[in-house]
Parts: sequence; structure tokens; C-alpha cells
Amino acid sequence: MNDRLVLRLAPWVFTLGFFIVWEIGCRATGVSSYILPRPTAIAEALWQYRGPLAVHSGHTLWMTTAGFILAVIFGLVLGMALGASRLVHAGSYPLLVGFNAIPKVAVVPILVIWFGVGWLPAVLTAFLISFFPIVVNVATGLATIEPEVEDVMRALGASKLDIILKVGVPRSLPYFFGSLKVAITLAYVGSVIAEYNASNFGIGNLMARASADFNVPLLFAALIALGVMGVMLYAVTAYVEARTTKWAQRSQFAAG
Amino acid sequence: MSVAASLEPAAFEPPVFVSLDGVTHAYGTSGGVPAVEGLTLAVRKGEFAAVVGPSGCGKSTLMKLATGLQFPRAGTIMVAGEAVKRPVKISGMAFQAPTLLPWRTVIENLMLPLEIVEPHRSRLRSNKAEYLARAEALLDQVGLRGMGAKFPWELSGGMQQRASLCRALIHEPELLMLDEPFGALDAFTREELWCVIRDLHARTGVTVILVTHDLREAAFLSDRVFCMSSRPGRIIAEAVIDLPRPRDIDVTYTPAFSEIVHELRAHIVHARSAA
Repeated sequence: MNDRLVLRLAPWVFTLGFFIVWEIGCRATGVSSYILPRPTAIAEALWQYRGPLAVHSGHTLWMTTAGFILAVIFGLVLGMALGASRLVHAGSYPLLVGFNAIPKVAVVPILVIWFGVGWLPAVLTAFLISFFPIVVNVATGLATIEPEVEDVMRALGASKLDIILKVGVPRSLPYFFGSLKVAITLAYVGSVIAEYNASNFGIGNLMARASADFNVPLLFAALIALGVMGVMLYAVTAYVEARTTKWAQRSQFAAG
Repeated sequence: MSVAASLEPAAFEPPVFVSLDGVTHAYGTSGGVPAVEGLTLAVRKGEFAAVVGPSGCGKSTLMKLATGLQFPRAGTIMVAGEAVKRPVKISGMAFQAPTLLPWRTVIENLMLPLEIVEPHRSRLRSNKAEYLARAEALLDQVGLRGMGAKFPWELSGGMQQRASLCRALIHEPELLMLDEPFGALDAFTREELWCVIRDLHARTGVTVILVTHDLREAAFLSDRVFCMSSRPGRIIAEAVIDLPRPRDIDVTYTPAFSEIVHELRAHIVHARSAA
């Protein structure tokens, strides 16, 4: 078998291996399915509740994507402002860091007071939890333009906007896409937290109800569904990244 | 003050193109040692001038002042008959690092100045083919024919530096500023590029200011060499290099050439010991 085939198969083999070890562990120790259900029991639950799981997953996917898109727009704008102006950077950075340190689960009740129970708190929580890495990375990409490149541009009579558009933005794209991979998974966490606490719908709400019913296999089935969606969204951003920033991925370091 | 100089005035003296008069500049808050102090020099139109000096003598500051990227604390700077109040748009620059943009191909990198500088900026879209042809011709002149579609990181250091020179020249600047552009190259590549820049200068008649610490490079390429003192930088000697042009690289192995380099070196040694 050649190396490429091995690398292609590796994720599937590792994942399958993980569940096999889990199954064997459960059977060997005889642990109760109320504590840790066997993967086969979870698979049964997945099949049994496939309808509700699909509907609620779809809803969560929507919430997450909406919050993520908001975070991308807001993160890009704020990141560019931070990267382009030292004043904005110095002034707003402590605020941003402080805000990022707040657990977003603590913000959900406030959002519910403002907007009521429903889809809006989920979207907003996804947004609030995921914009920070985008801001930081875009700002870093802009702030680290080589001084010589800036000199070349300025000596030609380029305006600040010219420099940002021609050098800053393309330069920060790899940072931006790197941050998207982090942000998309965070957005998931945000929407599920909000659904868990304050929604009648979505996979988070499904989990809240399952845990009230002590339906542990369904709880785990929901976690699996979440994990699979997370991987899919991550793969989408990784694909877009690879397509748009080929120039930044020329290192052979990780390829070997 | 001049080395191997013919003090006979030339039959035709072109007008002064770049002049610095009593220029003093310091970075950061006042009170620090100025980078340059009382700097005075004049470069004529079409001339190839070199500025040599010990490291940290403010050579790069001189570049930034002459292109309007920095403004002096005192003194006046004139380029093309105008006082420098903003970045001089008629200049092209190249540095020790090629500073090509890695997300653009070589030809796209060359087009960058055209996307900034008027009148090219507004003409570029409708006259794309004409500009592309110009870029290709320039690549051809520096020995990079057919490399336009490659990305900078697919080229060797010397080839990247050639492309960087092309980018500095694509908008047909009247003033070319070179800040140790060959400093990071091996000796053979460096000599090759000396000839490239020599030919570009001969063909375009552009005024060049080359900052370097390589005395052979300065003597081989220039019409006039300015020696700077250590910080705060001042001009302590000016040498006219009257070796006939076109110069072949072999000229660097003649006794007359060695003598010029020797004298330049004496000035630098003096400048360093005075520090």
C-alpha cells in the first residue's frame, strides 16, 4: 500500500478503532448504559430518533451558520480597523479581551431577557463566541505588513486604503481562514449552549430534554450528530482555505 | 576631496536632480543622537550615485528622506526641482529583501506599481496588453524571460532580486533608489546583477542612488560616490569615478580600479575610527 492511500484511510481507521475500543471497554467492565452507553446502543438510538435528530440538527446548523456569517462580517470589519489604526487597536483591545473572557453561557439569560426564548439568542450566542479569533487574526495579518513593502507602496504614492487592499487584505487571508476553522467550531458551541438553556428547538434543546428523561443513549446520539456536523463544517472552511491561499501553504513540513 | 577625479568640467553638465542641503534627521523623541546631521549632497540627472559608509551611518535614512517617506528636522530636500513635502511619486525602490508579494505571480508583482501610480492607474484596465508587453520586455532584459507566470517563491534569490528591480522600473521612474539590493546574494550572482543594473541604467538614463557597503560595487557602478561618516551621518568625501563607460566586469581587476577602492576604503576606515 502506498503512503497516500494510508493517509487517506487513516482518519476512518482511527475513528473506527476509537469506537471499537469504547465498545470493548463497555462490554468488559459491564458499565451501565445510564453512565456510558455502548456505541452500538448509541447507534440504535441514532436510528430510532433519526427523524427528530435530523430536524433539530438542521435547525442548529442554521443557527450556527447565521451566527458564523455575522461573526465573519463583524470580525473582518473590526479586524481591519484594529490592524489599520494603532489608536483603535490600543483603545479597544482590553475591551475585546475582557469580553472574550466572559463565559458566553452567562450571556444567554441576558439575551433571553432582551429577545425572549427562540432562535435569536442562539444566533447571537454563536456570533458572540466566534468573532474574537477572526478579529485577532485579521488584525495580526494587517499589522505585520513588512515595513519595506509599505515603503515601496508609499514611495509610489499609495494611500493607506491602497496598502490595505493590495497588501494587507491578501496578506491576512491565511490568518483569516485559519481563524475560520476555530470560529466555526466555536459558533457551534455557542448555538448549542443557547439552545440548551433557552430554546424550544435545536439539538441543544433535544439534549436538554433527553437528559431530563435520563435518555442517555439519545444524549450521546445527539453528541455524535453534533460532532459529525462540526467536522463537516470544518472541512468546508479548510477546503475554501486551501483553494484561496495556496501561496501560503507551500511548506513541505507537515506534508512528509 | 575627489578620488581619481578629473577636475575638468565636463562639456555638458546635466542639472542637479536630487539635492539635500544641511539635512538633519532624528527618529523618535528629540534628544537622541540624530541619524543624519548636516547632510549635503547633490546628484545630477541621469547620474549613477552611490552612498557608502560604515553600518548604522544613516544610509537608509538618506533613502527615506530623498523619497519623502520621512521628513527632516532641518534642512531642505529637492527632487526634480521641487521641495519634498510628500512621498516622491517618480521614484522606484528596491531593497536587500526582494519584498515581492507571495500571492502574486512575478508578472502580477511587476504590475503593482502600475496599479498605484498615475497615469498608469487609470489606463491599466483598458491598456492591459500594452502594459503586459512592457513587463515581459523588462523581464527579458534582466534575464527572466518566461518566468512571469511563476510565483516569487518558485524563483532563486537572485531571480527574485531581478524581479524586484523590474518592479522598481516598470512605471519608468525618473529616480531609482537601491538600498543594498545585492547584499544578500552570492558573489557571482551579485556581479551578474551589477551588469544587469549597469545596462538598465545605460538604456533608460534613470538617475540612480545606490546605498551600499560594498566599495567595489560602488566603484564599478557609479559616476559619483559619497562617503558617509558614522552616526550622525554626514558626507565626508565625494569621489568622481571617471572610468570610461561602458564598463566591463574585468575593469574591477585593473590597478586603477583597485586604487579607487583603496581610497574609498581609507575614507571609511577614517570614518569608523572617528566614531
